[in-house]
Amino acid sequence: MTRAQTRYLGYAVLLVLGLLAPLVVYPVFLMNALCFALFACAFNLLLGYTGLLSFGHAAFFGTAAYVTGYSAKVLGLSTGLAILAGTAGALVLGIIFGGLSIRRQGIYFAMITLALSQLIFFFYLQASFTGGEDGLQAIPRGRLLWVINLENDRTLYYVVFAIFLFGFLLIHRTIHSPFGQVMKAIRENEPRAISLGYDVNKYKMVAFVLSAALAGLAGATNAIVFTFVTLTDVDWHTSGDVVLMTLLGGMGSIFGPVVGAFSIVTLESKLSDKVGSLVSVIIGAIFVICVLLFRRGIVGEVQGLYRRVVGSQP
Amino acid sequence: MTEIFGVPIAALFGQLVLGLVNGCFYAMLSLGLAIIFGMLNIINFAHGAFYMMGAVFTWFLLSTWNISWWWSLLLAPLAVAIFGMVIERLFLKRLYKVDPLYGLLLTFGLALVIEGLFRYKYGVSGLPYGIPEVFQGALNLGFMFLPKYRAIVVVATLVVCFSTWFIIERTQLGAYLRAGTENPPLVQAFGINVPAMITLTYAIGVGLAGLAGVLAAPTLQVSPLMGSNLIIVVFAVVVIGGMGSILGSILTGLGLGLIEGLTKVFYSQASNTVVFMIMALVLLVRPAGLFGREK
Repeated sequence: MTRAQTRYLGYAVLLVLGLLAPLVVYPVFLMNALCFALFACAFNLLLGYTGLLSFGHAAFFGTAAYVTGYSAKVLGLSTGLAILAGTAGALVLGIIFGGLSIRRQGIYFAMITLALSQLIFFFYLQASFTGGEDGLQAIPRGRLLWVINLENDRTLYYVVFAIFLFGFLLIHRTIHSPFGQVMKAIRENEPRAISLGYDVNKYKMVAFVLSAALAGLAGATNAIVFTFVTLTDVDWHTSGDVVLMTLLGGMGSIFGPVVGAFSIVTLESKLSDKVGSLVSVIIGAIFVICVLLFRRGIVGEVQGLYRRVVGSQP
Repeated sequence: MTEIFGVPIAALFGQLVLGLVNGCFYAMLSLGLAIIFGMLNIINFAHGAFYMMGAVFTWFLLSTWNISWWWSLLLAPLAVAIFGMVIERLFLKRLYKVDPLYGLLLTFGLALVIEGLFRYKYGVSGLPYGIPEVFQGALNLGFMFLPKYRAIVVVATLVVCFSTWFIIERTQLGAYLRAGTENPPLVQAFGINVPAMITLTYAIGVGLAGLAGVLAAPTLQVSPLMGSNLIIVVFAVVVIGGMGSILGSILTGLGLGLIEGLTKVFYSQASNTVVFMIMALVLLVRPAGLFGREK
């Protein structure tokens, strides 16, 4: 099989798994995992394909969640519109964050995005529309396009799955477009990309805003799934979680973040009632182990193994 | 009563002193970050955790073995520095050849582990630590009362920061360090043990964080969470000042502490966020930072 064939086989397996999964697994858990998978894929667009480490992506996830929750609950927008509004909110915030942070590179970029997201966190902590420490509760799931009742978990699951697929395919398309090639060129050798005449900052900006908007789409959907939004969604721990999902799954590979997100969401849901506050110790330990032992992530290592066994394909 | 812009002078100066004290912690932490970054090319995300360790260790020494603050001033930074050396030898050493972002990720993980363990052991509520007897009370300066301990924190920070600057810029060891920052292989060729120097640098950097923790213990609340929120502000301070100059990071830290204090007086809602807003402004006007050089 050529690599493209392997990849399409992978997509087919993913699609079938996704369609059948809610028959076996609790749908709300799956929806949460799918939202984080989309979040991690959006994040990976930036880290894995452009080489920019953002430590503030929870700001987009959380902003979209708040905007969606607020427009569905207080403004009475229909669910679809509320999700769109949330995504748009994250996109606008992405333009602001991007405009500020791409002025610096590497390690500074990470620190700036982290600091800006902390600014957003404090803003939501004090603003009245977010409900402060209590968060936004009882967001109506409503109906999609006036007919599809989203109160049913299984129905909502397929909507969430469709949203995930939309985001995933958009990222896939972006990566395999000429634009995506330039992104990778910037990651590999920025001065070279500049000398070839590319306006590097413009490319970084578009990648950043796209990543922010998709992270927002994930956050908006997550708000509808859980029907509440709290400060946890904008907390820096959430930014850290999405970094870990991408790192663990394998950055720079399209399936990596999905694998990473499912692993971490499963781990957190299984462990939190058993070890309580020690979850962050385990998360931290996984970080250390990933960085020291397998920097390519699960998917990267498996691919490497596969290639060594089968031999490299053209 | 004398007032400025409708604010009593005593209250204004009180907040300014408090801001300056916070600025001292910013300065010491960003100084440590800058030293480590210069030598190891790594941003030490665990810096806040080391600061917290210094404070909790100080509390532990007093409450368990009745060891006074004065001894903690020596013992806690030493313990943190030794712990830092172990971390550097065990983990960071393996990352010098890869992208510096991995150093950030590794130390982020370490910070989560350290903080999580301390939270598991000591909970999230504060651990009480009294001000040492000698420094209790306040000085009457006429226009305000200056709590003695706050004055001591400022003086101690200035002494420590100046000594660090002196060691790095004016001594033989500092010359080796600066040379090692510029060109490690060449310095090694002159017969200087560069790996040992890197370990020492990391130990000094985190030792400074530990010392800041000891100074913070009597005046801020000691808690396992005290480091993580501070470190993000310190990152913003570092972005504002740039890590190119030692005096620059000290001045930026102190200055931002003062501005934060002023904000508390005039518009307290923004006091949590003012440093981040200044960072955004500085990025617009001078992307390289106030004292930074574009690399």
